[in-house]
Amino acid sequence: MTATRNDKRGEVAVRLEKPSGAVANPARSRLLAGFLWGIAGVVSIALLWEGYKFFGPDNGVLIGELRVLPRTTDLAMPHLWDMMVRLAEPVTRADGALPLWAVVALAALLTLGIAAAGWAVGVVVGVGFALLMQRWRLAEFGLLPWIVISQTVPLIAFAPVVKSWGSRVEIGSFEWQDWMSVALIASYLAFFPITVGALKGLQSPDRIHVELFETYASGYWSTLKKLRFPAAVPYLLPALRLGAANAVIGAVVAEVSTGLQGGIGRLLIQFAGQASGDPEKAWGPIFGAIILGLVAAGSVALLGIILKDYRRTEEAA
Amino acid sequence: MSDQILNSAALTEAQRTAGDMDAAAVSVRGVNKQFQTATGVVHALEAIDLTVSAGEFVSLIGPSGCGKSTLMRLIADLDDPTSGELTVFGKTTTQARLDQDYGIAFQQAGLLPWRTVAANVALPLELHGVASAARRARVADLLDMVGLTEFADRFPDQLSGGMQQRVAIARSLAEQPRLLLMDEPFGALDEMTREKMQTDLVRIAADTGAAVVFVTHSIPEAVFLSDRVVVMSPRPGRISQIVPMRLNAVAGREDRSDNLREESSFFEMVTEVREALHGGAADGTADEPRGARGVDTR
Repeated sequence: MTATRNDKRGEVAVRLEKPSGAVANPARSRLLAGFLWGIAGVVSIALLWEGYKFFGPDNGVLIGELRVLPRTTDLAMPHLWDMMVRLAEPVTRADGALPLWAVVALAALLTLGIAAAGWAVGVVVGVGFALLMQRWRLAEFGLLPWIVISQTVPLIAFAPVVKSWGSRVEIGSFEWQDWMSVALIASYLAFFPITVGALKGLQSPDRIHVELFETYASGYWSTLKKLRFPAAVPYLLPALRLGAANAVIGAVVAEVSTGLQGGIGRLLIQFAGQASGDPEKAWGPIFGAIILGLVAAGSVALLGIILKDYRRTEEAA
Repeated sequence: MSDQILNSAALTEAQRTAGDMDAAAVSVRGVNKQFQTATGVVHALEAIDLTVSAGEFVSLIGPSGCGKSTLMRLIADLDDPTSGELTVFGKTTTQARLDQDYGIAFQQAGLLPWRTVAANVALPLELHGVASAARRARVADLLDMVGLTEFADRFPDQLSGGMQQRVAIARSLAEQPRLLLMDEPFGALDEMTREKMQTDLVRIAADTGAAVVFVTHSIPEAVFLSDRVVVMSPRPGRISQIVPMRLNAVAGREDRSDNLREESSFFEMVTEVREALHGGAADGTADEPRGARGVDTR
């Protein structure tokens, strides 16, 4: 109910904001509208959840033997406010236990760090492949099919393999850590969209631009720096964002399948196991994972703001 | 001054060849260009001979497919001839390209959208390591020349098509080339802007003393701008006639203005070029005067 009232107030705010805001600063009012739409989306999901829980039958909706909508018991679908309250309570009954949200946040931070490492490796590898394939057509013919096939290998299948190979790596004082296996798997998912996006971007300059640089007797590296990379930015940004999202998914899944402690993936499994006694607790790491994904994608969006001049087109306004 | 140009315009091809080779901005000798396509060999250019003197303004005109753009690409070293010989200031075209002896402008402006107007003009200077202070001064001069000083910090998408083209021309002049290659640079512009740009180009070419090879579809444009108009015919691409422009007698290049467009000599020249175009087509493909299709007679 509070949610509905808030929503209405939000609508009024938009109506009041529009005339003055649109005239004064269209960009700002667009930003505000986006923000309000975002809130409206979250509110409508919350309404859907609580509405179904309220009106839906306890045993869910069944067609014959098949359950098409879930049970609405507190065990299967806890109230949203119970989840929120649970987040603020200590994670266990032990003395001095941290609140659930803090435990989730710490785990999410660790996973974010691992995913970031995986993403960075994915960027280096992806851009490297793209450079090779842009430079030599033969490399494109030879490599691209393998790169596509690489993504059809099920991640869970080879996570343990990576871990066991990793444990045998020891170069001087460098010793392979378990988190590195997770980062490697994350990079395996991240590099693919980055490779494809970077290749498309590096190949994107118009013939007229390429020939112009040719008439300037510009070499490979200066053409790369002054033409191909800047032209690739509009293709790279969405690819990097996809890569970031993939890195997070990869890291979470790899944590689960390699059994790495301390990350959010492990927490998801662990708390889900306790769901029969403490159903609200299991939702903590799920919220954590969602926010983790948003933070990862959002940091790449920041990169887009910095590089906004490179997203222009040549057409006259 | 105008006498001198008149005399040089009256020289025959043979005399030019016999003259000082080093002085020629462009020399084309017996050039053929064939393209392999799925349906067979296309003769884009056949037995092309052409000399452009230093400081001379030469237009290439002809219907679509006559190879005028191909010829310009050969001079710019963007393509290689199948046979024959091309030199630019007495060097091979590759060497001339490496030495940056020419500036080039295409039908589309081809500005880099992520660079400001000033940065676009500075691009060739930047690529060739001109110090930033010298670069700034040169860019300021060039933008002044094309009348875009107050747009220096704008981006290409904030300019009209005509302004973009002016930026492209400023860029082609950045390194003070002795030869300008222009492939229908005003083709996409409206008539008003086009006439203004033509007048500007005549002035700029006179100021810098650069030789110009100018590809165009438009007869009046070619007549207004050129010292000589090279009329080409298609399939295979050949030079059917070279028409010297007597406009020089009335006005030296630097004095050419819009008034010229209304003089009777201008119309006589337009007629002469038009007849050359139609005659050339009749020579090549017997029955059809529609060989001149695609030529803009506005």
